[in-house]
Amino acid sequence: MAKPNDLVQGTLDLLILRTIAPEPMHGWAIAKRIQQISHEVLQVQQGSLYPALHRLEQQGWIRAKWAESETGRQAKFYALTAAGKKQLEEETANWNRLSAAIDLVIAGA
Amino acid sequence: MRWAEKIRMRLQMFLHRGREAGRLESELEFHLEQQIAENRAAGMRAEEARQAALRSFGNPAVLREQARETWGWNGLEALGRDARIGTRTLLRSPGFALTAILVMALGIGANVALFTLVRSVLLRPLPFAEAGRLVGIFEAQSDGSYQDNIVAGGCFGVWKEHAQSFSGMAIDDSMEYNLAGSGNQLPEVVHAETASWNLFPLLGVRPALGRLFTSSDDQPGANATVVLSWGLWKRRFGSDPGIVGRNILIDAKSYTVVGILPAWFTWPDAEVQLWTPLYHEKSPFLMQLFEAHNFDVVGRLRPGVTMQQASAELNALQREIRREHPDGPVNDAVNLRPLVDAETYEIKTGLYALLGATGCLLLIACLNIANLLVARAATRSKEGAIRMALGGSRMRLIREQVVESTILAGAGGVLGMLFAEGILRWLISTRDDIPRADGIHMDWAVIAFALAAILGCGLLAGLIPALTSRDTQVLTTLQESGRSHSGGRGRARLRQVLLAVEVGLTVVLLIGAGLLLRSYQQLRAADLGFAQHNVLTMEMSLPKNGYRTDDQRLAFFEQLLSRVRSLPGVEAAGLTNVVPGEGRHRDDVFIIKEHPPLPRGQVLDALTRFADPGYFEAMQIPLVEGRSLEASERLDHAQVVVVNRELVREYFPNEDPIGRHIEVSGVFPDQSLRIVGVVGNTRDELALDPFPAIYYPLYSGDQRSVALVVRGRGRVSALALPVQKVIAGLDASLPVANVLTMEQVLGESTLGARFDATLLMAFAVLSLLLAMVGLFGVLSFMVAQRTTEIGIRIALGAPREQIMRQMLRDGLRPALWGLALGLAASVGVTRLIASLLFGTRPYDPAVFVVVSGTLLVVAALACLMPAWRASRLDPMQALRTE
Repeated sequence: MAKPNDLVQGTLDLLILRTIAPEPMHGWAIAKRIQQISHEVLQVQQGSLYPALHRLEQQGWIRAKWAESETGRQAKFYALTAAGKKQLEEETANWNRLSAAIDLVIAGA
Repeated sequence: MRWAEKIRMRLQMFLHRGREAGRLESELEFHLEQQIAENRAAGMRAEEARQAALRSFGNPAVLREQARETWGWNGLEALGRDARIGTRTLLRSPGFALTAILVMALGIGANVALFTLVRSVLLRPLPFAEAGRLVGIFEAQSDGSYQDNIVAGGCFGVWKEHAQSFSGMAIDDSMEYNLAGSGNQLPEVVHAETASWNLFPLLGVRPALGRLFTSSDDQPGANATVVLSWGLWKRRFGSDPGIVGRNILIDAKSYTVVGILPAWFTWPDAEVQLWTPLYHEKSPFLMQLFEAHNFDVVGRLRPGVTMQQASAELNALQREIRREHPDGPVNDAVNLRPLVDAETYEIKTGLYALLGATGCLLLIACLNIANLLVARAATRSKEGAIRMALGGSRMRLIREQVVESTILAGAGGVLGMLFAEGILRWLISTRDDIPRADGIHMDWAVIAFALAAILGCGLLAGLIPALTSRDTQVLTTLQESGRSHSGGRGRARLRQVLLAVEVGLTVVLLIGAGLLLRSYQQLRAADLGFAQHNVLTMEMSLPKNGYRTDDQRLAFFEQLLSRVRSLPGVEAAGLTNVVPGEGRHRDDVFIIKEHPPLPRGQVLDALTRFADPGYFEAMQIPLVEGRSLEASERLDHAQVVVVNRELVREYFPNEDPIGRHIEVSGVFPDQSLRIVGVVGNTRDELALDPFPAIYYPLYSGDQRSVALVVRGRGRVSALALPVQKVIAGLDASLPVANVLTMEQVLGESTLGARFDATLLMAFAVLSLLLAMVGLFGVLSFMVAQRTTEIGIRIALGAPREQIMRQMLRDGLRPALWGLALGLAASVGVTRLIASLLFGTRPYDPAVFVVVSGTLLVVAALACLMPAWRASRLDPMQALRTE
C-alpha cells in the first residue's frame, strides 16, 4: 500500500486542520465535510485519514476527546490546540503562496 | 509547550498501549457503522450495506498498523515481538541454540580478553597528569644498529642542561637492595628504583605520607634517604605512620625514610618496593661518563612542542657529544618514544598478533553460525514464502532473522564476558613479563567493545542468510518446497562460499600458529652451549658492610664454593655474575694491545662475565684452547682472562689469541690482561646469536653481586634448601634471590614465545574444529536435500562408490578453495609476525605443507561420514520419504 506523497500528505493535514478549526469533529464527519465543501472533488480515504489524524495528534496540533456523537454513540472528537491554530495559519499561508505561484506559472506559460 | 504535549502523548501511547489500541478499534468501528448507516440510507439492504462499507474501508489490519505507526512505539513493539518469537524459535531447537551460544561465547570471550589486555597494556594512558607529553628517551645509533639503548649519565647531563623542548627531564635505574631484617623478619632482596629527585614532580606524584625527595637529598654528600612504596610500607612496616623520619638498614647502611608513595603509584611496575635518590647512590664519576649506558630517561615535553621537534633538538645535542667524544661507545643519535610505548614495544607485536587471531576466530564463529542459520532458513523457506504470500513484509522477515541471531550473540556475549574474566586471570598469572599487568581490568571501553562485538556478530550472522534468501520469489519457493529432489541449490552455494572463507581464515591461523610453534621449538632446541639440566641457580649481593675489601669477598666466595661442593648430591658448583641464558646484562669495550689502534669512532665490545676457576666445568662450557682460570690467579695476581670463540672469530681472525693482551678500562682500569684460554660460546639471549664475551677472574674479589650455579645429580630443586643453609651458615643476614633451576630460567626467557605460540595454536585448533563442523554440516545438509535424487540414481543403477565420490567432491570443493585462499593470504600475513620468529622463515615450507596436509585430512574426515551415508541410502526409503 503506497503512502501518499509529501505534497498530498501535507495538504491533507491542512485540510483536516482547517475543517476542525470552527468546532471539534470526529473522523467520519471530517471526511464527509471535506467531501461536501469540495463539492465531492476531494474524497478522503479512511486509509489516509486515520493515520493522518493520529499523526497530527502525536504532533500536538490536535487533541482528541471522547464524547457522544449525534447518533448517541461514543466517538472520538478532534479539536485544534493552540499550536494547531498556529500551524494552520502557517500552512494556509504556505498554501496560498504555493497556489498563487502555480497559478502564475500556468497563466504565464 | 508543544514539546511537553508531545512527550505526554508519547508516554500515554506507551503506557496505555492496550487501552489506546482498543480506542482505535472503536474509532474505526464507529466509522464503519456510519458508512453502513449511510449505505442503508441510500437504500441498500443490511448485508449489502455492510459488504459495501467494508469494501470501501480497505484492509482494516493495514489501516490499524499505519495508525499505530504514528504512535512512535511501533518499531520497539515489533522488536519486542520479534525477540519473543526468536526466543521461542531458539528454545524449540535447544541443541542448535546451545551450540551457537557456546561458539559465540568462546569467540567473544577470547576477543574481549585480548582487547582488555591490549587496551590496558598498550593503549591506556599512564595514570599521570598530561601523560601524553611524557616520553621515554633512548640513545641510538644513526646507522640503525641500536634503536633503544639505555642512556649514559653524561649524555643525560648534557640534555638536561641544554634541551629547550622539555619542561623537565629525569633519570632512573632499577636496583636491587638488601633490606635488613628487623625483629623477627628475615632479610630480603627488594626490587627498587633509584631516580633523580625531579622524577616524582615530573610525573605529578604526591606523597601519601611525609615528603618525596628534594634536590638536596639527590647529591653525593647528602644524608641517605629512601621513599617506600605503599605495598612495602603496608607489608613490612604494618602501615605504621611513625616510620616516616626513622632509619632503616638498606645494604647494611642507614637510610632515613622520608615518605610513603600513594597506593596507585605502581610505575614502572608493581614490584618496585622502594625508591632512592639517584645522584646520592651513583658515583659522580659514573654520572659524567658518556660511554657507560645504564639509565632510563623520562622527559616531559613543553606545551606546544612536538615529539619531532624535541627529537631533532636532542639528536643535534647528541651528534655534538659524539663529535667531542669520537672514541669509545658513545652514541650519535637519540630515539624518543611515548612513555607508554617505551615500556611495551617489546610485547606489542605478539599481543596484536594474538588479537588478530582472536578476531579471526570470532569471524569464523560468526560464519559458522551464519552457516547454520542458512541451513535453518532453508528448512523454513516454506514458512517464509507463506508469510510473504499473506502480506508479511520482507523487511519483517529479515528483521526476525537478525533479531534471532542477535539473541544468540547476546547470550553468547554474556557468557563470553565470564569466559573473558577467566581468561584474563589466567593470562595475568602466566605472563608475569607483561608490563603494567597490575592495571589490567575491564572498563567502559571494554564493555563498549563487547557490545559492538555482540551487535556485529548478530548482524553478520543474521544478515548473510537473510539477505541472500530468495524469499522474493514466493511462487518458486512454494513450488520447490513441494518437491525437494533438487532444491536449495542457491543456499548450498552460499554455504559453500561461507565455508571457503572459514577454511581460508583457519588456514591463516594454523600457519601463523605453526610458524610460532616451530620458532619456539627452534628456540628451545638451539644449542645453548651450557648445561641446561640438573642445574640450580641463585643470586646474592654482598653488602658493603662486612665485605669492604677484596680479601673479605674472596674469602666468602671460596668458603661458599668449598662447602657447597662438599654437599651430598652436588657434582660441581661455580660462581659468576650473570646466569647464562638470562640476557646480555653488562658489556664493556676493550682494546687489544697487540693490534694497531682502531680508526676513530670504532670500538670493540664484549659481554662482561666473571667466573671462578671451577665455573666452566660446573656449567659444562667446553674449553677449546689454552687453559681455564686458576685459583692462584687472585686479588692482585688476576691479570688473566678467558674469552669465548665468538670473540676469537670476530676479533682474532686467523690469529692465535692465547698470550695476547687486552685492556678494559671499564673493568680493570690501567691493567693489561693476558688471554689464557678460549671456551665455547654460550647463548645468553636465546633468540640471538652468541655475543663475544670475556670471562674475568671472579677471584680478583671486586664483584659484589654474584650468581651461584650448582650442578647436581638428579633433582636439583632438592638442593635448594641445603645450599641456602650453607649460605646462612656463612652469613645469616645475607638474603638469597631468584633460586631457580636452569629450566626455570630458560622457561622464563622463552615464556613470551611459548605463550604466543601455545595460545595461537589453541585458537587455530578451535577454528579448525569449527571449520570441520561447518563442512560436516554443509555436506549433511546437501545429502539430506538430495535424498530423493540420490535414491533415484541408486534405483537406476548408479554404483554406490560413484555417489560417494561425488558427494566427497562436493564437500571438499569449498575446503580446497579455502585452502588456496588461506595459503595466499598467509603469504601476506606471516610477514607481519616475522619479528616474532626465531630460526624460522615466514614462508617455512614445512609449516605450509603440514598445515595443508592436516587441513585436507580433517576436511576429508568431516566429509566422509555424510558421503558414506549418502552412498548407503536405501532407494526405497529415500523415495518414500517424499
